[in-house]
Amino acid sequence: MTAPPDDCLARNEWICGEYLSTRRQIILDAVVQHFQLTAVSVLIGLLIALPLAVLARRWGLAAGPVLAVTTILYTIPSLAMFSLLLPVYGLSAALVVAGLVLYSLTVLVRNILAGLRAVPEETRQAARGMGYGPIRLLLTVELPLAVPAAMAGLRIATVSAVALLTVGAIVGFGGLGNLIYAGMNTYFKAQVLTASVLCVVIAVLADLLLLGVQRLITPWTRAARG
Amino acid sequence: MNALTAAWDWLADPAHWSGDEGIWHRLFQHLVMTVVCLVVSCLIALPVALVLGHLGRGGALAVNISNVGRAVPTFAVLVLLLLTPIGKWGEGPTVVALVLFAVPPLLTNAYVGMREVNRSIVQAARGMGMTGRQMLFHVELPLSLPMVLNGVRLAAVQLVATATIAALAGGGGLGRIITAGFNLASTPQVVAGAVLVAVFALIVEGIFEVVERLAPHLVRGAR
Repeated sequence: MTAPPDDCLARNEWICGEYLSTRRQIILDAVVQHFQLTAVSVLIGLLIALPLAVLARRWGLAAGPVLAVTTILYTIPSLAMFSLLLPVYGLSAALVVAGLVLYSLTVLVRNILAGLRAVPEETRQAARGMGYGPIRLLLTVELPLAVPAAMAGLRIATVSAVALLTVGAIVGFGGLGNLIYAGMNTYFKAQVLTASVLCVVIAVLADLLLLGVQRLITPWTRAARG
Repeated sequence: MNALTAAWDWLADPAHWSGDEGIWHRLFQHLVMTVVCLVVSCLIALPVALVLGHLGRGGALAVNISNVGRAVPTFAVLVLLLLTPIGKWGEGPTVVALVLFAVPPLLTNAYVGMREVNRSIVQAARGMGMTGRQMLFHVELPLSLPMVLNGVRLAAVQLVATATIAALAGGGGLGRIITAGFNLASTPQVVAGAVLVAVFALIVEGIFEVVERLAPHLVRGAR
């Protein structure tokens, strides 16, 4: 018989180094899952939002329905969204990804569309005057000029997705949310606090990363200011 | 489509509507929770935003709080509060978590609305000898009201949606129907609960729309 160890785990303290060292692998797995699910969701969201926004820009008639549908999707609660998709995907990571994709669409479509609409008419006419066809105009003039607005949307979508993903714990694919959910049921303070803090850290890091990418791909915005 | 008809059958069963676990009771809990949180967050956010907007200071702060707020998972805040002494106050953790969630968008919208009031109108008001208080209540607030109300509407709909998360932490509300469905592995019940919440959110959105239509003088400001 050995006495139970008297460390911070046994005392169930909020901050506990012992927890970090003994559960390192579990935490790491959760972080990786969190990161992967968020990245996949936002990337798929971007791939769907881009053509939708271009479509809405080209045919004014499409803009109304596209914006309306994506807005309605946004009002569906996260828990409900995952549940509504349950019959389609079952209890899987695809369920969580699909839910997050649908959420990111609202912000992404709106921002990309706003960016495309903000391209000055004179700029487009100048490009046309130089003999640019519609495709080349879109790819080399309109889309690059829409990048700042699109990136702003991408940052919001990513940060929100990191936070929303925790709710995926209900189907077992919530990344750090799984640790929070399990910690809640067992009253495990160190686990809940650590996972919550890591969520925020991931969100902030992702935001900074995207900000850096934006600066790299839009050098002209800095040249104009400086 | 099978899932939807099964969910419809679940909803049509009168046994699911009555009692403490029934839809009416959960709906009532959800409504009370949303209204309380909305009122509390408005009382906190709007005065601060209006004063900051009037003074023209702290805008970056409001926007940054809003951005940081987005990064904090409501579910994590809820569970953290649950494990602190606040957790013993019944619905306390839910209310605190939801208020923290609703304040940033309210603050940002109201602040931006105040700042977007045409500066020349404000200067004209000052030129007419209005005091700061008169300018705030008779010029800036009426003109920024559409934007302020837009923020309230946004917050209300998001509160309805997010209040479901309370159920994950054992709280009441419509989310309980969903989580109970997960525990029973009953897809029809889960889908039925989700439909109820979505319809509730859309109804709240609709109520704001109707109010804005019926009181255009209120919303369009003194144009």
